[in-house]
Amino acid sequence: MSLSLFLILCLNGLQYGVLLFLIAAGLTLVFGVMGFINLAHGVQYMVGAYLAFAYVQLTGSFMLAVFLSLGTALVFGLLLEYLVFRHLYGRSHLDQVLATFGIIIFLNELAKVLFGPATLTIAPPDFLSGSIQLTETLRYPVYRFATIVAGLAVALGLFFIVSYTRIGMLIRAGATTPEMVSALGVNIQRLFMIVFGVGAMLAGFAGVIAAPIFAIEPGMGDNILIVAFVVIIIGGIGSIGGAFVAALLVGLIDTLGRSLATTALSVVFDASFANQVGPALASMLIYILMATILVVRPKGLLPAKGVAP
Amino acid sequence: MNLTHMSAGLALSAALGTTAFAEDLKIGMVVTLSGPPAALGQQIVDGFQLALDEKGGMLGGQKVELIVEDDELKPDVALLKATSLVERDEVDFVVGTVFSNMLAAIFKPIVQSETFLISPNAGPSTFAGKNCNPYFFATSYQNNQNAEVSGMIANAQGFESIFAMVPNYQAGRDNMDGFKQTFEGTVTDEVFTPLGHQDFSAELARISTSDADALFTFMPGGMGVRLVKQFDNAGLSENMKFMSVFTTDETTLPGQQDAAVGFLAAGTWAPDMPNEANTAFVAAFEAKYGYIPGSYAMQAYDTASLIDSAVAKTGGDVSDKDAVRAALKEADFTSLRGDFAFNNNHYPVQDFQMLNVVKREDGKFHTSFVSTIVEDYADSFHQDCEM
Repeated sequence: MSLSLFLILCLNGLQYGVLLFLIAAGLTLVFGVMGFINLAHGVQYMVGAYLAFAYVQLTGSFMLAVFLSLGTALVFGLLLEYLVFRHLYGRSHLDQVLATFGIIIFLNELAKVLFGPATLTIAPPDFLSGSIQLTETLRYPVYRFATIVAGLAVALGLFFIVSYTRIGMLIRAGATTPEMVSALGVNIQRLFMIVFGVGAMLAGFAGVIAAPIFAIEPGMGDNILIVAFVVIIIGGIGSIGGAFVAALLVGLIDTLGRSLATTALSVVFDASFANQVGPALASMLIYILMATILVVRPKGLLPAKGVAP
Repeated sequence: MNLTHMSAGLALSAALGTTAFAEDLKIGMVVTLSGPPAALGQQIVDGFQLALDEKGGMLGGQKVELIVEDDELKPDVALLKATSLVERDEVDFVVGTVFSNMLAAIFKPIVQSETFLISPNAGPSTFAGKNCNPYFFATSYQNNQNAEVSGMIANAQGFESIFAMVPNYQAGRDNMDGFKQTFEGTVTDEVFTPLGHQDFSAELARISTSDADALFTFMPGGMGVRLVKQFDNAGLSENMKFMSVFTTDETTLPGQQDAAVGFLAAGTWAPDMPNEANTAFVAAFEAKYGYIPGSYAMQAYDTASLIDSAVAKTGGDVSDKDAVRAALKEADFTSLRGDFAFNNNHYPVQDFQMLNVVKREDGKFHTSFVSTIVEDYADSFHQDCEM
């Protein structure tokens, strides 16, 4: 294992982490502020990717497609909130799970009807394609650097809004004591809607920037939703800071684990055993991490303020 | 009993009589038509339908009733659909499946009911050796063969070291073993990724530092699209060769596009195989369905031609199972691949080719025939088959 390979793995982990953060940020707020379990959050990620594909086909410009997709994802999130989720806030978690699971199935099928079952891709914009020569043998795609930068910029912006603005204050307050915020005369319904819309837009943004790296296909949001739940549990529900730290942690551990588990095992065991067990162990690592953190800090790494640690 | 009842009874027996003696040939099809792999099943339906349409809806002079069922890539669903095809619809032939695990699910009830099962794609080793069956035929290949031929291609290309990467499930391991069986150089790394893997960056980093001459992989469907795109994005295409099975084919190329051009693959057929029947098939298929057919469509078309030839030989009578089997075994049809014959285990003996990915003048992508690697290649399980 050379140093430069390790560096690349760290960059990849960071990039995956940033992507996870974009999805988890919305999920943790919706779950934390509203106590609402939204399984359909992963679908927003798929919607973002398909929107990007559609707009690239329509306009021919990736950058234009990014902004159009963001707008549409926001509107789409608000529409879902207005049509479906709004009526579920007062219901039990089981009802919420059922309804949002139904939305997953519906939207996955809709994507298939509209775009076909085949896997689609879009090309990154020209000025971001190509790769940078890191060392003699290692190259790193420019586009992945760009996603890291874009993700970190969004994280910074989100942190600023949540920490220093009035709406951010309300969100933080809503995450810990929603009844009190409502009693103080804040229109909690509108607050929910804003949080929901922004959350949907962030997940959509994750889908848009992921589209040129991964492929676009129906059901692409389902797996990443599970990892996003792991992230918000590790980070502490309702905590943006926690989601950020946890997302990077999960991204790095998952990426490094997948490369190093087999190698590490083959030092101790023989190669065929390592090949059998390594990949299985690697895919378990983040869940082991979650279980450990739940034992040591049941409220997560950085619980939202006011929640007993 | 009064007269009305009697006439009703007569009418009923007459109705039953007509169904029993109807000349219609009933063919059931079990393929995957939901989820991301639906594209593969759709190719099979389209390829078969094209053959039917060209023959005026008849095979072997018999009017065909085709019943298409979706197995949803779930063994229990496949079993249910297959059972109802043989028990309720009483079909004469079942054509299926796309995936080997679906074939394993439907195999027993179909062959036990003495209905002919013809696989247009799945060709597991399970039914090629001592579990071969008089009622089962495969018009595709035996699953291990493409990987074995990839090993031969690597030898022919003079690759000395190979980085091999497959998904961590049965078919992945089979392809890995098949490749190692024929490849004479060294395999520098064997990497097993999770099935449905999203981000290959970690693996690509390992590949780029491995100094291997080429990458051998088996990443069907969306995994292949992601791998090829990421392989190209990481700038690896300049330093090493990419060779694969079921990774760069007509179902994934619309997603991979330019990134896959020049990549090598092993197969039995490409849309530009130089023979008259094939040229006509590809042209007709594209005109009708608007996309370039892949090997799945070709195998389905061949399956229809096979049934056509067999039913014609028996004069339209499919009740004599031994006669139908003998007629099928002769494989007296023009395969789009060229030479085609059945081995003693009812798996094909056929030529395998080296293919590469090209961009056509109209901007569409397809695999292209380069050269024949091995002629009349039989699978390595047939000697265990006693039939």
